[in-house]
Amino acid sequence: MVLMKNVRKVYESSNTVALDNVSLTIEDGEFVFLVGPSGSGKTTLMKLITGEVRPTSGKVVVNDFDMGTIKRRKLPKMRRTLGVVFQDYRLIENMNVYDNVAFAMRVVGAPNREIRTRVPYILELVGLDGREKRMPGELSGGEQQRVAIARALVNSPRMIVADEPTGNLDPVRSLELMLLLEKINEMGTTVVVVTHEKELVNAFSKRVITIDSGEKTGDSSEGGYYGV
Amino acid sequence: MRLGYLIREGFRSITTHGFMSFATVAIIVACLIIMGSVSLLAMNIDVLIKDLENQNEIVVFVDESLSDEAAARDLQRNIEAIDNVSSAQFVSRGEAMNNFMSKYDATLMEGIDEDVFRHRFIVHLNDIAYMSQTKTELEAIRGVAKVNAHLDYAKNFVMIRNVVTAVSMVLIVMLVFVSFFIMSNTIKLATFGRREEIAIMKMVGATNSFIRLPFVVEGLALGMMGGAIAFLAEWGLYNLVTNRLVNSAAGTLLNVIPFRNVALEVFVVFMAVGILVGVFGGVNAIRNYLKV
Repeated sequence: MVLMKNVRKVYESSNTVALDNVSLTIEDGEFVFLVGPSGSGKTTLMKLITGEVRPTSGKVVVNDFDMGTIKRRKLPKMRRTLGVVFQDYRLIENMNVYDNVAFAMRVVGAPNREIRTRVPYILELVGLDGREKRMPGELSGGEQQRVAIARALVNSPRMIVADEPTGNLDPVRSLELMLLLEKINEMGTTVVVVTHEKELVNAFSKRVITIDSGEKTGDSSEGGYYGV
Repeated sequence: MRLGYLIREGFRSITTHGFMSFATVAIIVACLIIMGSVSLLAMNIDVLIKDLENQNEIVVFVDESLSDEAAARDLQRNIEAIDNVSSAQFVSRGEAMNNFMSKYDATLMEGIDEDVFRHRFIVHLNDIAYMSQTKTELEAIRGVAKVNAHLDYAKNFVMIRNVVTAVSMVLIVMLVFVSFFIMSNTIKLATFGRREEIAIMKMVGATNSFIRLPFVVEGLALGMMGGAIAFLAEWGLYNLVTNRLVNSAAGTLLNVIPFRNVALEVFVVFMAVGILVGVFGGVNAIRNYLKV
C-alpha cells in the first residue's frame, strides 16, 4: 500500500521542484499506471516509494513504513517488501540467470533448499525455464527484463514497482511483458508501472495516475492516457 | 550458510574481476617494495654510522698511584658500571709501549722504561651523543688520572646521525602516505566498476554488512597476497643488491644487515600493511555506493 499526502520534493543541489503537493493512495492488490511526459516527476515519485530519496515535506507511507522518517538501517527491510524493475534491467553481468534470481533470495537469508525449489518455479512463471545457465549478455532484451521481473518476484513482495519496464523493448515484447505483470497482479501482488507509452496504457483498462510538471493532474480508475 | 556464501563470493570476485585484482596486488607489491627498500636502506645507514661511532673510542688513563697491574685492572668494574659504557678493554703500560713502538720509530724508545706509560682502558660507548657526560663520569672514578675523548668528532657524528635519521623518517613517512594514497585509489578504481552491482544489491534489500563482507574477504585475500609477494620480492632484491655490494671493492668496509635478521619484522609489516590497505581500502571505497 502506498499513501502520499501533500508530498513536495525539492532537489536542493539544483533547486528543482520535482513534485509539489502530490496526494495519492494505492491500495494492496491494485494495478496502477503512473504516466506523464519526461521530466514530469514520475521517477522521483518512484524513488520516493523505493526510498532512494526522501520527501522535502508531506507524508509518504509504503507498506507500513514511513519513508520520511525511516532509519537508513531499516531500508533493507522495507525494500524486501518491494520488487523493483528498471528500464535497463540491471542484472549482474557475471551471474547467470539462475544466480541473478537466487541472489535476491540469498540477500534475505533464504535457505538453500528453498532457493532450489523457488527459483525454478519463478523462472517457469515468467517463461524462462530452460534458460537458467544463460548469462545476461546471451539473452534478448525481453528475456533480460523477464529475469528482472523474476528477481523482483522471487521473495513474494507485496508490491512490484516497474520504472519504464518496456522502454527498451519492441511493441510485441512490451505487450507480453505487460501481460506478465497483469498475471502477477492477478496473483495478488500490487503492481505500479511508471511509463509514458500511451498505446500500451490504453490497451489495458487499469487505473492511471497522471503526473505533469511535478503535480498530479489526473487519476482515473479505468482511464486512458491522453497526454502528449 | 550465509557466511559461507559471502566468503565464497569474496573469493569468486577476485577471479571475476581478474584484471582489477591483478592491478590491486601489483600496486600493493610495488608500494611495499619501495617503502621496504627505503626503510632497509635507512636501517643499514644507521648501522654503518653506529659502526663508525664505535670506532670513536675513549682512552681512560689510570693514575700512577695504581702502578700495580692487578689494582689497575680492578677499575674495569667501575668503568663498566657506567650506563653508557658498552665495553672497556684493559691495556697495560707494557702493551701500550709496544703499540707505540709498532706505530712509530722504535729507536725513539731506546733506553726508556715502560713506566713512562700509564695503564689504560680503551672504552667504547653505547651512544656517543652522551660522550661528554660519560667523560665526566669516568673522570670521577677514583684512580682515573685522565680521560681522552674526541668530543668534537662525537658531535659531528651525532649531527650526521640525526640528519640521516630525520631525512629517512621524512622519506618513509612521505612514502607511506603516497603509497596509501596510491593503493586506496587503485582499490577505489577497482570498485568503481561495481557500483552498479552494489546498487542492485541495495535495491533487492541487501544490508550494508551483506554487501561489505565479500569486499572484506576480497581485500583481505588481495592484501595478504600483495604482502606475501612483496616480502619474497624484497628478500630477493635485498640479497641481490647486498651481495653485489659486499663483493664490490667498497664492500669490505661495509657491514650490511643480513636479511634473515629483519625478515620477521619485514614480513609482519608487509602483511599488516597489505591487509590493512586491502580491507579498509575496499570497505572505504564502497562506502559512498552504500548510501543508496
